[in-house]
Amino acid sequence: MATEEHAGGLQIHPMDQFVVKPLFGDGPIEWYTPTNVTLWMGIAVLAMIALLVLSTRRRAIVPSRGQSVAELFYGFIHKMVEDVAGHEGLKFFPYIMTLFMFVFLSNMLGLIPMSFTTTSHIAVTAVLALLVFLTVTLVGFYRKGIGFLSMFWVSSAPLILRPILAVIELISYFVRPLSHSIRLGGNLMAGHAVIKVFAGFAGAMGVASVVPIAAIAAIYGLELLVAAVQAYVFTILTCVYLRDAVGDAHH
Amino acid sequence: MATEAHGEAGQAVGMPQLDFSTWPNQIFWLLVTLVVIYFVLSKIALPRIGAVLADRKSTITNDLAAAEELKQKAVAAEKAYNDALANARTEAAKIVAQAKAEIQKDLDAATAKADVEIAAKAAESEKSIAEIRDGAAAAVSEVAKDVAAELVAALGGAADAKTVTAAVTARLKG
Repeated sequence: MATEEHAGGLQIHPMDQFVVKPLFGDGPIEWYTPTNVTLWMGIAVLAMIALLVLSTRRRAIVPSRGQSVAELFYGFIHKMVEDVAGHEGLKFFPYIMTLFMFVFLSNMLGLIPMSFTTTSHIAVTAVLALLVFLTVTLVGFYRKGIGFLSMFWVSSAPLILRPILAVIELISYFVRPLSHSIRLGGNLMAGHAVIKVFAGFAGAMGVASVVPIAAIAAIYGLELLVAAVQAYVFTILTCVYLRDAVGDAHH
Repeated sequence: MATEAHGEAGQAVGMPQLDFSTWPNQIFWLLVTLVVIYFVLSKIALPRIGAVLADRKSTITNDLAAAEELKQKAVAAEKAYNDALANARTEAAKIVAQAKAEIQKDLDAATAKADVEIAAKAAESEKSIAEIRDGAAAAVSEVAKDVAAELVAALGGAADAKTVTAAVTARLKG
């Protein structure tokens, strides 16, 4: 997309914002190299600490504004885990809270102009989704043993259909990490790329650039929504998957 | 195309997401980040917020219970006040009735005494009036006898005192 425009003089590089660069120097990127990924994940950690640790340090019965927000996050995810994954799922509350805070803060920090959106990378979302997949699978076999496989055997269906349903269920089970990760990464990447494309137009259109700037403002609002909703969706799907492993009820 | 994504001065060729040469780096830092977040949350933030929420819940419950207790106390106090008021009213009414009865008794006694005194005075007065009247009647007969004797003497008769007296007495009676 970017290279096509080169000839017309319109310099739009919507994918540049996703490039992983070393923070210092210009060397090759080894697994330990501090990169912009490191920087923005570190900022996410600091934001999380500011939001949930510093704001609650007074442990006030009547909360300050910051503490209210921290309690809001806590209550929101706690209720979600309890409602969706069941009471047994509460053991995984810190784990799910970790995922939610990371995804939510990364999405939000990614909307700061010139920032780097870690959750727009498939590498990141795939690891997050695989962690959930592995957790659910291992916990499921640990808690239910071979009985965990009974979730593929739909006992409410007619007997003839059950093998077919089992194949479908099995496929959908293994597709979960893929859809789980692409949904998050794809949404974030697409939104940021669109904003960047409009920004490129704005730079080239002179006075008429009010139109793309207005469009950017509108899309930015939409992206704020997407950032929050995708974090929510990722978390609630994690809870739904977790219920298969810890809950009694079949889906 | 993917491997050359960060070829020149950070410019993307194709999708940087599919540049697998950066994956180990991203995955490594992601795992570090997740571990840090997990430990901060599970060791500090979540227990703290959970404790604050539990504290608040128990504080609210206690306060509500205390408020309920105080309300009961207030109701009891109001009842006691009303009871005391009613008692005071009956007591006051009793005292008023008693006072009235006492006053009535005193009044009756005083009236009786006054009646007796008045009766005694009246009797006395009647007696003295009777005395005066008797005295006057006696004086009248005396004067009449004297006047009659003088008249008889003046008219040249020899007044027999006995006859004159009898005549005057007879006249006075008539």
